[in-house]
Amino acid sequence: MTAPGLSARLVVTRPAFRLDVSFDVVPGEVVALLGPNGAGKTTALRALAGLIGLAAEGHITLDGRPLHTEPPDRRPIGMVFQDYLLFPHLSALDNVAFGPRCRGASKAEARRVAAGLLERVGLAAQAGAKPRRLSGGQAQRVALARALAVRPRLLLLDEPLAALDAHTRLEIRSQLRRHLAGFDGATVLVTHDPLDAMVLADRLVVVEDGAVVQQGGPAEVARRPRTDYVARLVGLNLYRGSGDGARVKVGELPFSTIEQVDGPAFVAFSPAAVALYRTRPDGSPRNLWQAAVEGVERHGDNVRVHLGGPIAAFVDITPAALADLDLSPGRQVWAAVKATETHAYPA
Amino acid sequence: MTTTSRSGSARGGGRVVAGRLPWVLVVPALLGLAFLVLPLAGLLIRAPWPTLLQRLSEPQILEALRLSVVTATIATAVCLLLGVPLAWLLARVDLPGKRVVRALVTVPLVLPPVVGGVALLLVLGRRGLVGQWLESAFGVTLPFTTAGVVIAEAFVAMPFLVISVEGALRAADQRYEEAAATLGASRWTVFRRVTLPLVAPGIVAGAVLCWARALGEFGATITFAGNFPGTTRTMPLAVYLALETEPEAAIVLSLVLLAVSVVILASLRDRWVNAA
Amino acid sequence: MRRVLLTVLAAALALAGCGAEASGGGKVTVFAAASLTESFTRLGAEFEAAHPGTAVTFNFGSSATLAQQIVQGAPADVFAAASPATMRTVTDASLAGAPVTFARNKLEIAVPAGNPAKVRTPADLAAPGVKVALCAEQVPCGVAAAQALKAAGVRVTPVTLEQDVKATLTKVRLGEVDAALVYRTDVLAAAGEVRGIPFPEADRAVNDYPIAVLDDAPAGDLAKQFVQLVRSPQGKDVLAEAGFEAP
Repeated sequence: MTAPGLSARLVVTRPAFRLDVSFDVVPGEVVALLGPNGAGKTTALRALAGLIGLAAEGHITLDGRPLHTEPPDRRPIGMVFQDYLLFPHLSALDNVAFGPRCRGASKAEARRVAAGLLERVGLAAQAGAKPRRLSGGQAQRVALARALAVRPRLLLLDEPLAALDAHTRLEIRSQLRRHLAGFDGATVLVTHDPLDAMVLADRLVVVEDGAVVQQGGPAEVARRPRTDYVARLVGLNLYRGSGDGARVKVGELPFSTIEQVDGPAFVAFSPAAVALYRTRPDGSPRNLWQAAVEGVERHGDNVRVHLGGPIAAFVDITPAALADLDLSPGRQVWAAVKATETHAYPA
Repeated sequence: MTTTSRSGSARGGGRVVAGRLPWVLVVPALLGLAFLVLPLAGLLIRAPWPTLLQRLSEPQILEALRLSVVTATIATAVCLLLGVPLAWLLARVDLPGKRVVRALVTVPLVLPPVVGGVALLLVLGRRGLVGQWLESAFGVTLPFTTAGVVIAEAFVAMPFLVISVEGALRAADQRYEEAAATLGASRWTVFRRVTLPLVAPGIVAGAVLCWARALGEFGATITFAGNFPGTTRTMPLAVYLALETEPEAAIVLSLVLLAVSVVILASLRDRWVNAA
Repeated sequence: MRRVLLTVLAAALALAGCGAEASGGGKVTVFAAASLTESFTRLGAEFEAAHPGTAVTFNFGSSATLAQQIVQGAPADVFAAASPATMRTVTDASLAGAPVTFARNKLEIAVPAGNPAKVRTPADLAAPGVKVALCAEQVPCGVAAAQALKAAGVRVTPVTLEQDVKATLTKVRLGEVDAALVYRTDVLAAAGEVRGIPFPEADRAVNDYPIAVLDDAPAGDLAKQFVQLVRSPQGKDVLAEAGFEAP
């Protein structure tokens, strides 16, 4: 427990809700808490900040020092809130200087630090502006500068990009990534957007219903989802079955896979890896089943087809293929996935 | 300002079709306005205009007016000093029996002011619980002094301040205070540098109400502080005495009180609105 | 909505009707100085007992305020004032003629129980450190106090000039002042809490209490009968018990 970085078990009990998540973050690492709304991500972040008390079995250790016994203002943290919460009565500069002032810096020193940080986030020109004159992207950067100004050992970001429009978001996301890369403390980021998580984080901790359901690097999580929620986030079809060497049985349906798995296993494949046929195709060793079309919708430039039993699946096809197949709800089709595109891993 | 210009431009564009004003609201509103304004008109009509200036220059009137403005202002300062923290306590701290405390705060609103004055005498008077000790320990007696006027006014006016500041505190977004805490601000720093500026409009509104109530205070003042020209005879007391013999003088005094308060409140409001 | 308005209107008319009916019947409305509260309440009960079916209602208050109310049209049958000056407000407005004096009141020095400042004579009121409350000169007891003190040749610096005699007395009762000049009747009413000290100069500032039936009295005859009761031997006894002197 004396390792540098963050080691936390966050336990918060509420009527009808219990959060119990454990994770570690090493210095310089960015961990994203990813999960649906109401999963308890923000609660976890507020617990790290000390804005919510931990139950007795919880603990937070930062650089070997217990943190959960300290009030929020004594924790070496910096926090960026979802809607930034810049103090409306203070200029951008004074917002950023607020933390250093509270931690004992002189007025001049605090302002010097603040000016330097605003410069770093490219807002030197807006130093004197009140928050209501700042655009969403500018406010986000001021909020980041304000959190960094206290030289935190733990940086907490609550949905840092959620309040931005799509265009600004793209730009701010890459800037934020750069700033996080330059930060040498531990960073915990909360988001419900898989793209934000993938781009910004070194590691994902997926939280559902107050518990960690999966953690790992973005590539690992994207390739091997372990819950329906994660599978949907990363755009994969996911099934739970029982492995027997190079075959996994999902219900009555056997899947040939590239990986060898024995016992309980997940099977995952991309909607684009599925081919649809009006009649049963011949030859080639593929995973093949018959299903009814339940619905058709646009999906980017393609068309997404929803298939019903025996296993519910999404299939992405081109509009041209849609026209050829003449698909409409209720029609029976054959679905096929190559074994080489079908991944299996232990459940 | 913004609202006016916005509605003005909307009308100028001729696009917004406002429905007919609902008479169910307009009629009582106008009746209410008339109810509030007509007595004022009565004062204006009956005022002895030809002798007004001469009456105004009487030194007793200026003396009472000065005393009223000074004591009401000091009373407001006292209320701010004690009332804002009290409002904070009620809005932000989990106290046992907070409902009872909140009800107690409003007692001076319900209590007839004369009874409030007697109650003050029973505590701070020469034979009162605290007053006795004040006199023996420090030789301080409060009744019949200008300080007594301030105390009586503060007692009656403080609930107005506490209630409006507590309302402002409850309406303010507490997450700003959390943000300040994560930046290392102690609770006192949070209060001073974040909470206070955020609820400043509510405090100003409360202080204005408080000042106005203190300026018009009569019952508690006359009972607790007595009525002596120069030390405790404020305008309302002077008005009441004048009513005994010269109702016209009473009208003049009332008009003066009215004019002064309107001027001060209006200028305060302008400064406050422009600053915001 | 219309029905509600009509109902409210009807109720208001009914109330107004009731009022008119009652005042036209056996009801006398008496406006009387606050110092008469105890004695007039007793006389009112005796009047009601002697005239079954009649009701006497009182409006007690500062004589000056009552006079103002009458001048502004308050529905009074009888006005009993604590000074000729306040009665004049009403007679000058030609609302009543020929008031008669029915009682007199004299000042006394009132001191709290125990007499902490050891006040015995008017001269003691001028001693340093003695806190004195007087009535303001705008009200009858203030005028009387000024006259009496002048007659005694004493210059008193009071700590407060109260708006009426009851307020002055309250300051004594609570011990906030060491002495006050109030009426004998007020001292008697607060017997036990306040001690009265008579002084000869008070004779130079005797307060006459005039009473009059108002010209427009709705209950004219009953009003006259009530005034007769006040001036009768029976009335004088009640007033004397309260501390008033006969004129």
